[in-house]
Amino acid sequence: MIVADRKKVPEIRDMIKGYDRVLLLGCGTCVTVCLAGGEREVGILGSALRMALKLIGRGNVVVDECTIERQCEDAFIDIVAPRIGAYDAVCSLGCGAGVQNLAERFPNTPVYAGLNTQFIGVLESQGVWTEKCAACGNCRLGEFAGICPFSRCAKRLLNGPCGGSQEGRCEVRPELECGWQLIYDRASALGILGKLEAIAEPHDWSTALDGGPRKVVREDQYIGDVGQKG
Amino acid sequence: MKREPVIIAFCCHYCAYAAADLAGSMRLQYPSNVRVLRFPCTGKIEPNYVLAAFERGVDGVMVAGCLEGGCHFLEGNLRARRRIERVRQLLDEIGIEPERLEMFNLSSAEGPRFAAIATEMSQRIAYLGPSPLRVDHEKVEASIGEMRQQGEAALRGEAR
Repeated sequence: MIVADRKKVPEIRDMIKGYDRVLLLGCGTCVTVCLAGGEREVGILGSALRMALKLIGRGNVVVDECTIERQCEDAFIDIVAPRIGAYDAVCSLGCGAGVQNLAERFPNTPVYAGLNTQFIGVLESQGVWTEKCAACGNCRLGEFAGICPFSRCAKRLLNGPCGGSQEGRCEVRPELECGWQLIYDRASALGILGKLEAIAEPHDWSTALDGGPRKVVREDQYIGDVGQKG
Repeated sequence: MKREPVIIAFCCHYCAYAAADLAGSMRLQYPSNVRVLRFPCTGKIEPNYVLAAFERGVDGVMVAGCLEGGCHFLEGNLRARRRIERVRQLLDEIGIEPERLEMFNLSSAEGPRFAAIATEMSQRIAYLGPSPLRVDHEKVEASIGEMRQQGEAALRGEAR
């Protein structure tokens, strides 16, 4: 899932303080699961913002709350679309994709990001999320015993480890596990260490963001006139 | 007209609420500006309940749960402590003194301690002065009454 966390209240307050009516819009998917932008967090932030605005003499700003199922799909935005006209600005508690989707959908309404989108990751334990995928568009996990050297090695080495790997830890931050130690240990346990003897070819980053914004099209599923952008 | 501060005490049914009752039975004095709200467990207290109280203009909130290790629901009070700590950080971000919110632990047999912490909290809030979000005193009292009614209805299992 996409993992995000909330911006500090003063930062969000300063974004919206110039408006009279603001809609705080949550998202019910990834950011709900990572406890950053779901219905509950929208309620908490709404209350916090109303108080923070009052303390700077902007207590008359209306901050309303709403959460939709997904901000990254137009069909779900349809539900809230009739209400948007009643607000001067929207503060989205969705990921960066959600914020931009709202901005595209409502060209006349300023849309602000209330979250800092962090990474694609997993729930490691209750309240802890860790990065696992760099979304590079050309997955090579099969070469590295199922552990990604791009997202798990601080230097993104394809033929690691480097000299900074000490007792399974990374020199960048001592609490970080060395990605290459993990790759080696897992390959060893699986009995496929021999695979690592081959030199890994340089990665083609043109499939990642370096090649510009990406698009996935499924011709068999595509129906041109369905959806807001059809 | 200057009004005395208003403090809400979010009390666990199994300890602090009984301790407050005991304090009354023992004829102990504690400040009359502490308003008690009963919860089935401090673990039931969501951050937005506390924020809602501050938003409505109360000057201080005390959360009183069971002694650590003594929660009727095993670890509700431990969760509450961490949640309250997060709300204190949030209050700081908002611009409200985090000291206006405090969590205490006590058992149902500690009537005198309930009176002592109510007094301590009342003195602390008096020192800090009224909440910067202070509204009309009657409105604060009405909001507390409303919150209490909602809470008691929820405890009786009635839908809100």
